[in-house]
Amino acid sequence: MSLLKVTSPHASGQSRVSAVMRDVLLATLPGVVVLTAYFGPGTLVNIIFGGLIAVACEYAIVALRGRDPRLAVSDLSVLVTSTLLCIALPPYAPWWLITIGVLTSVLLGKQVFGGLGYNPFNPAMVGYVVLLISFPVQMSAWASPRGLAEIPGITDTLQHLFSPSTIDAVTAATPLDLLRQNTGLLFEDLLTSSPELTGWGGIGWFETNLAFLLGGAWLLYRRVFTWHAPVAMLAALAVCALMGYDGGSSQSGGSALFHLFSGATMFAAFFIITDPVSSAVSNKGRLIFGALIGVLIYLIRTLGNYPDAVAFAVLILNFCAPFIDHYTQPRVYGTGSRDS
Amino acid sequence: MRTIHDIHGGIHPPERKALSRPGELSTAPIPAVLVLPLRQHLGVPALPVVNVGDHVLGGQTIAEAQGVMSVPVHAPTSGVVTVIEARPIAHASGFEDQCIVIEADGQDEWLSFTGTADWRGLDAATLVGRVRAAGIAGMGGAGFPTAVKLSPGPARSIETLLLNGTECEPYITADDTLMQCQADELIEGAQILAHIVSAKAILIGIEDNKPDAIASVEAAIARSGAEIELATFPTKYPSGGEKQIIEILTGQQVPSGGIPADIGLLCVSPGTAVATKRAIIDGAPLTHRIVTLTGEALASPQNVTACLGTPITALLTHAGLNAESQQRIIHGGPMMGFAVSDLRAPITKITNCLLAPTPAELPLPEPAKPCIRCGHCAEACPASLLPQQLYWYARAKDQEQLTEHRLFDCIECGACAYVCPSQIPLVQYYRAAKGQIRDSEQEKQRSDNSRERFEARQVRLETEAAEREAKRAARKAAAQSRAAEDGVDPIQAAIERAKARKADQGSEPEQTP
Repeated sequence: MSLLKVTSPHASGQSRVSAVMRDVLLATLPGVVVLTAYFGPGTLVNIIFGGLIAVACEYAIVALRGRDPRLAVSDLSVLVTSTLLCIALPPYAPWWLITIGVLTSVLLGKQVFGGLGYNPFNPAMVGYVVLLISFPVQMSAWASPRGLAEIPGITDTLQHLFSPSTIDAVTAATPLDLLRQNTGLLFEDLLTSSPELTGWGGIGWFETNLAFLLGGAWLLYRRVFTWHAPVAMLAALAVCALMGYDGGSSQSGGSALFHLFSGATMFAAFFIITDPVSSAVSNKGRLIFGALIGVLIYLIRTLGNYPDAVAFAVLILNFCAPFIDHYTQPRVYGTGSRDS
Repeated sequence: MRTIHDIHGGIHPPERKALSRPGELSTAPIPAVLVLPLRQHLGVPALPVVNVGDHVLGGQTIAEAQGVMSVPVHAPTSGVVTVIEARPIAHASGFEDQCIVIEADGQDEWLSFTGTADWRGLDAATLVGRVRAAGIAGMGGAGFPTAVKLSPGPARSIETLLLNGTECEPYITADDTLMQCQADELIEGAQILAHIVSAKAILIGIEDNKPDAIASVEAAIARSGAEIELATFPTKYPSGGEKQIIEILTGQQVPSGGIPADIGLLCVSPGTAVATKRAIIDGAPLTHRIVTLTGEALASPQNVTACLGTPITALLTHAGLNAESQQRIIHGGPMMGFAVSDLRAPITKITNCLLAPTPAELPLPEPAKPCIRCGHCAEACPASLLPQQLYWYARAKDQEQLTEHRLFDCIECGACAYVCPSQIPLVQYYRAAKGQIRDSEQEKQRSDNSRERFEARQVRLETEAAEREAKRAARKAAAQSRAAEDGVDPIQAAIERAKARKADQGSEPEQTP
């Protein structure tokens, strides 16, 4: 018998990185299902195609770096990155757009910094912003919702992936686009002016946001992250929208409900800003981090040049995270005055 | 009813306490050879007062305390001292330490002890002296000399004696068993300790996963008629940490870098209380303790009263160890215990548990993955630290930030590493970082000292030179003034004198052939 020298603690819990990542992937399911139901199989194809590219890219680059590529791929983090990016991309995006986005996310967003755990920015948002700035036309071509146009079948979608001229008719402006382009209509009139805007956040958008909220709630229940950042972001966005609503004039920024349930709001709140690597670390810090993202999303949506603002807001706050951390260290046991 | 406060963080690992059948206590056989380390406590090792070949009786002092931070060692049975030398001891470092080795003669003859039943008539100094002479050191794990703890100094007054019956580590049931089997002694010991420090109240805290111990202590309190408060609180690791139980029961926090006495508390383990009772009332020194032998690699996990100095291997054999080819033996519990590196090492005053797990029971850690900063560690940390940041800075060896993030408030409970999804051995990083910071502080102290010495020497040399200069100037001035008075040039006079001497010497050889 030989004695094993291992340091304490000798017991360990059940939590594993791969399980956390798997939970995040599972939690995107409701949102992906609703997106597919309203906008067709475009997002699903994005995710699968992007996932294949991402895994291949991660495997190759980690092998190139002289690390164990199977270990890196098996933690599923690269699939989370590619899935989140592909959900954010317009359905029926051409193959090269997806490929460039995924490669940018994995290489520039993650691996150049040293891989999982070392990225200062949210990798999916790095990829998204590079695409948004480089290919604004393709990036603003969102699909028409079911009911306003015919939803392409899976064969058409696959064809479209590699020869992107086959289904041009599907593209339409998103509700946030319409709001930004609105110059003369009262907000209430705007909502009835355009068929895309039916419902609280536009056809399909309210349901999509609700589905991501559901997935996010499940992750909260699974304790994958804490409530602080999402709740702070949603609250800040709602407060800003309330302050900017002015009863719904043509200059108004849209109602709070509209902002909460349109665009990428819920997706951002529960899947993007909760990325632990690039966010603030303490609970107090996450409150500030989330709230500032909420404010920035509103400001960029209403005053900026881009219809949705999540990616920019998140990247800007990623810059600020270490600064926030510095000023939000929790009070350690036995130090300072007690706040409770 | 006392308000129970919650502590930040904490975890709920599987308790596995039923495995060792708490409440059943047997006596382990006296081993053929006992190995008694001179240091079983925190502080200065004891000084042997027996020689090789001496026959000793049970209870006889075989090593005396050296100074205040030290406690004596007693023979746990009768026998012959065969050797005093460095032997493997149960310590995380795996180092050897000086031990007195006794070959038991099988007679188990003892000195006769005289105790004092009426301890209330004795003053605190006498009682503290007896506690020290009995060799008592904190039996909860740290081994801090109890006599030192009982003398907090005139600046601090103890309001409450807190008896920590939490035993929050999984698997361990030694205190649970002690509270069930020796409750009356426990209550008496607590009263003696409270008397020594003039504490106004006695408070016993037990986690609610030990209903039998709670009932037994409750009954003992009733029998004693003393005014002792028993508080129970929800089970959570690490509620048994001294700082943690204090916050749970009083809502107060021990100041960082301070001790419980700073807020009027004295915190002792049940084993220490029982040992104190035996030292004072029975006059008996600390020679035995209760050890939990547990883990699925043992055929019969159990609690035993064992002689201090019993080799670990003897106890494991007693409990029927079915060792794997690669076996982990843990001294202490699964959260804070350390892996034993030599089974010949003996149990000491701080050994509360020997854990022999199967690989399935406590699997070896998987290779660590990168930290994803999920923050589960920060949620689990009972000290409200940010373990993920400490890990980052420990890897970067950034001592300034480590201190800034209060590394030294880490109690090394292991809750962070337990919940870590990346399986990073966080506590190991913190221990190493603490060691490095202590080293560099010592290094800095040394260089500060030599700089101060150098500067002092420079000052001294300069002062001496200045003094010499001043003296010379004074002499010169005096000579000049003399010359002025006598009208004779002193230099010219000296030359004249020397010439005269030379002339004298020139005539001398003729006188002495």
